[in-house]
Amino acid sequence: MNILSCRELYIKYDAKAVVKNVSFDLKDGDYLSIIGENGSGKTTLMKSILGLIKPVAGHIEFQGIKQIEIGYLPQQTSIQKDFPASVLEVVLSGCLNRHGFLPFYSSRDKKRAQENLENLGIDQLKRKAYCDLSGGQQQRVLLARALCATEKVLMLDEPVTGLDPAASEELYTLLNKLNSEGIAIIMISHDVKSAVKYGSKILHLKTEPLFFGLASEYGKTDVGSKMLRGETHV
Amino acid sequence: MFSILQEYFSYAFVVRALYVGIFVALCSALLGVSLVLKRYSMIGDGLSHVGFGTLAIAMALNLAPLQVSIPLVLLAAFLLLRVSENSKIKGDAAIALISSSSLALGGIIIAVSTGMGADVCNYMFGAILAMRISDVYLSIGAAAVVLILYLIFYNRIFTVTFDESFAKATGTKVGYYNMLIAFLTALVIVVGMRMMGAMLISGLIIFPALTSMRILKSFKSVVITSAVLAVICFFLGMVLSLIISTPKGGNIPPGASIVAVNLGAFCLFLIIGALKKWNAGRKLRQDLKEAAK
Ligand SMILES: Nc1ncnc2c1ncn2[C@@H]1O[C@H](COP(=O)(O)OP(=O)(O)O)[C@@H](O)[C@H]1O
Ligand SMILES: [Mg+2]
Repeated sequence: MNILSCRELYIKYDAKAVVKNVSFDLKDGDYLSIIGENGSGKTTLMKSILGLIKPVAGHIEFQGIKQIEIGYLPQQTSIQKDFPASVLEVVLSGCLNRHGFLPFYSSRDKKRAQENLENLGIDQLKRKAYCDLSGGQQQRVLLARALCATEKVLMLDEPVTGLDPAASEELYTLLNKLNSEGIAIIMISHDVKSAVKYGSKILHLKTEPLFFGLASEYGKTDVGSKMLRGETHV
Repeated sequence: MFSILQEYFSYAFVVRALYVGIFVALCSALLGVSLVLKRYSMIGDGLSHVGFGTLAIAMALNLAPLQVSIPLVLLAAFLLLRVSENSKIKGDAAIALISSSSLALGGIIIAVSTGMGADVCNYMFGAILAMRISDVYLSIGAAAVVLILYLIFYNRIFTVTFDESFAKATGTKVGYYNMLIAFLTALVIVVGMRMMGAMLISGLIIFPALTSMRILKSFKSVVITSAVLAVICFFLGMVLSLIISTPKGGNIPPGASIVAVNLGAFCLFLIIGALKKWNAGRKLRQDLKEAAK
């Protein structure tokens, strides 16, 4: 069953087209990796899927998924350097979207936040100030927040950036586990090899899509084999 | 000194001033945290100047000041928010434009209609000792609205303040909450302006938040400390303005002494914050030295 369909998307900043002719469908339980060099429009595409940027033309439709069931890890956040917020406050804020009119966090929310803190190995940081953490630690906090918000779909913009190799490996394992539990994943990544290894589908973007299809087919194409050999410019 | 204070506190107008002031200070401080963190401080300042303009209009037309001010300032809050969200117009410049225009317009209207009298001075710098019993009820009502909405939406206000695009992407209606913050701010400004004056009310909004952020690092602690600080600074400022008499035999205007006490608290917290940082750095260096041995 389709959960997301994008048709003929066309997105501009000022006068410049940043994303053109993008059409694809995503099914229940898909794990899509969006790859492409810097500036190829990946972040822009993800933001427009999330409704943060309005496309000039084309349409985006979620089927059977509400906005409140989506978890999101932004690439660069607008969070100020000296914002007073504890790690626990930040992670808990991921639980907010499913709340309806309930003003406070329930014990279920707190339990979920705790689980995600432990999943990402940052339980011992929970009373610390977010702004005092290192870049990699902050990334994990935002990941934990995204996991708290995730009910059916998880969207990640370069989640492994800032993580060391061991932590990246753990994250991939965690994502696979979530995916096998039925969470659809859309991830922007620079790590083509992992994208092919773990993901079920690939969208290779360079303003326009160069490839969209099964991850297992990607290596057989011209673009794909070049990328996998490490030639980044195609 | 205490007997002087005791005497003052037996006057009904002083007690009314305290009631109004405490409620206004509390609400201003709560909203101030979000305004400062969302870089909306200028909206607070702009709204208070718009408030001055609307009071001038009310005076000229002989209408009840609040009935004119509340809707107009709410409207201005809505416009300023729109302006600051629209990246094509430079937000701060537009706010400065609106705020100085309102001041100018207010000044002209006053000069033409009633003339620059003591009333104008009161609107600019406040007349906290002239609060009537209706002002007390009004401020209690406004404070109740602000406190209840703030409590109900506390977690949402945090999320929207901390990371607007995450909130929006995961289905929180960000626009509503921004509007809520702006509307509550407009309400607090209109109610507080008559006490603190149009020039000084924004100090009551931003100071407590800025002060507590020098030391505290979680949102909840900043919110609570701001509220407590605001009430303490208000009380101290009020007392100072009552007991200090100037060489010419007058008093310091309460609004001014309240903002001055807030400035004092800010400096104190700034120093404590710097000492804490320095101390943490020293401890780290010591630990490193010992580890090296
Ligand atoms: N807010 C913005 N305003 C104008 N141009 C932008 C903005 N954000 C991104 N761009 C431009 O859009 C293009 C695509 O950016 P982006 O989607 O961030 O690429 P990617 O995530 O693939 O690296 C880049 O050329 C970038 O300079
Ligand atoms: Mg990007």
